[in-house]
Amino acid sequence: MIDNMLPPALIFIVGAVLIPFLRGKAKAVYMLALPIVVFVILLNLSFGNTWIVEFWGYELIMGRVDKLSLVFSYAFTIMAFLGILFALHVKDNLQHVSGLIYAGSTLGVVLAGDFLSLYLFWEIMAVSSTFLIIASRTRESREAGFRYILMHLVGGLILLAGIVLYVQKTGTIAFDYIGFTGIESYLIFIGIALNAAAIPLHAWLPDSYPMGTPTSTVFLSAFTTKSAVYLLIRTFPGADILIVIGGLMVSLPIFYAVLENDIRRVLSYSLMNQVGFMLVGIGIGSQLALNGAVAHAFCHIIYKALLFMAAGSVLQMTGKIKCTEIGGLYKTMPLTCLFCLVGALSISAFPFFSGFISKSMIISASVHEKLFLIWLVLQFASTGVVDHAGIKVPFFTFFGHDSGIRAKEPPLNMLLAMGIAACLCVGLGVFYQPLYNLLPFPVHYVPYTGGHVVGQLQLLLFGAFAFTLLILAGYYIPEVRSKNLDADWTYRKFGRFAYNIADKGLNSLNRISERFLMRFIKGLVSFFKNTAAKIALFAAVNIWLLLGYRDKRLEIKKTQLYNDILEGTLPIGIGVAITISFVFLVFILT
Amino acid sequence: MKKELTIFDNPKNVKRLRLGFFVALVLVLIAESFVEMHGGFSVEHFYGFYAVYGFISYVFLIFAAKLLRKITMRKEDYYDR
Repeated sequence: MIDNMLPPALIFIVGAVLIPFLRGKAKAVYMLALPIVVFVILLNLSFGNTWIVEFWGYELIMGRVDKLSLVFSYAFTIMAFLGILFALHVKDNLQHVSGLIYAGSTLGVVLAGDFLSLYLFWEIMAVSSTFLIIASRTRESREAGFRYILMHLVGGLILLAGIVLYVQKTGTIAFDYIGFTGIESYLIFIGIALNAAAIPLHAWLPDSYPMGTPTSTVFLSAFTTKSAVYLLIRTFPGADILIVIGGLMVSLPIFYAVLENDIRRVLSYSLMNQVGFMLVGIGIGSQLALNGAVAHAFCHIIYKALLFMAAGSVLQMTGKIKCTEIGGLYKTMPLTCLFCLVGALSISAFPFFSGFISKSMIISASVHEKLFLIWLVLQFASTGVVDHAGIKVPFFTFFGHDSGIRAKEPPLNMLLAMGIAACLCVGLGVFYQPLYNLLPFPVHYVPYTGGHVVGQLQLLLFGAFAFTLLILAGYYIPEVRSKNLDADWTYRKFGRFAYNIADKGLNSLNRISERFLMRFIKGLVSFFKNTAAKIALFAAVNIWLLLGYRDKRLEIKKTQLYNDILEGTLPIGIGVAITISFVFLVFILT
Repeated sequence: MKKELTIFDNPKNVKRLRLGFFVALVLVLIAESFVEMHGGFSVEHFYGFYAVYGFISYVFLIFAAKLLRKITMRKEDYYDR
């Protein structure tokens, strides 16, 4: 029965097309039903390949079902449901349609068993997500969306080049583990890593995600990066370079997160930091580490969405999202504040919240593999999360200085979405076994040991203690309206700089050469003009002398002729006469 | 008009919260003597390693970020000019 149905990706994509034709309650019910239908289908799938289509002699596999693809599909479908519920009140159909197509194409990527359908869904993902960025319909969002799609098209082309070489080499479009074997594997790796916002290909993320609408950024936060994480787990597990990239990603963005003023940009940098944990897990490559990466992706999708929902609620209800402009919102938005705190505790990996049971797997894996340096980096980054997500986002938004803003709680559907996400965060943190059962490898890991809990609590609480001391002593970093340079400087400012160099350099060269050339030509022209006039005068004066003109009359005749020649007002007949008389004169004189 | 929560407008409550926090700090430090730390690396055997590391990490993070701000900070309309 399952075989006859559409693949989940197409249910979303085809289903999205119908949205503009529906109104009111029917539309709401229909949109919420789509992820539920998909979830039921996913629950009934059996392992193996389904939805196989013949295409130009290739086999497109749109349903590669195994433990790894299923757990990611579950997470994305739950996320689609939460995102739709959160955006249910939005009237703008563009956002609904592109949001659902985006979610569907991500499922397509996750379930694809071959490169051709993977690439197809990959590009749909890039295009549909761009619409979510520009949905704010501001100049900033349009420009950010343009930079976003350019980056992703470049990434897509690199991936495509890798795929073409791969297919040529292996003769098949099916793929699984790839590993670094040759140029095609490097190209595929770069293409995927760009979507994972791997440093140094990351700048598109903090550039574009804060530009979405209050609801569309929730969608954006979940799909692109985590589908790339899924692909990396499948194709490049154990690649050492991922440990290095992941190590950079957990540590560098948190400094930016400390500095940033826009709450959603803080969360974007924090997103990179969390993906960094996953990449380290993939790079370590042991069963525990890969399980940890998958579990962390699952938990992260939900708590990061929760945090973006809280930020989106604040943006929608106050119209403001900068640390310098908001504060003290707990007074009138207590529920949103509570949900935000749950998200903050989850991302900080506080015991009994979802981050704890997944992040500690990755950290333990680094202990098992005796990677001391990366272990130190991961623990440092865990403390860093306390600052930007645990303190900065809830504290400066809902507490801190009172901004005087008295905004109401967001609409019911937004509160419901946040409430469900918050329950999932706590639920996963306490009842972690169901999630562990879904992981690709058998789990023998126990997250709640005395040592783990006490160590993590010490790390978090003494980090917060440092914050308390710093802010009381006035040493804490002040909130400033500002922009911080990141790698997008290379194509936003350096690009312009290069353009200016080209403009000033080449164009001034142009002007100089033009000036010289023009002066030369002008000189040449006036030389010929004057010469012609002088020759004509010479000929004419001789004739006039012969004809008996003298003194004043001769002078008048001379200036008349000279001006006529220079201004070109000489009747053709006279020109011809002069020429002939000149020839005649030459004939006489020789 | 909706009712406002004003619980943290009272300095007494803020003081209480802070006191509770300091008690929690002492408690997690004491708790270490009752549990077995895993000790995958030898540093974990130092008493209170996580507390010290958390504190130092945080202070380092803030001061390093302050330095970073000197290099990276620009006006908000930097890219529009």
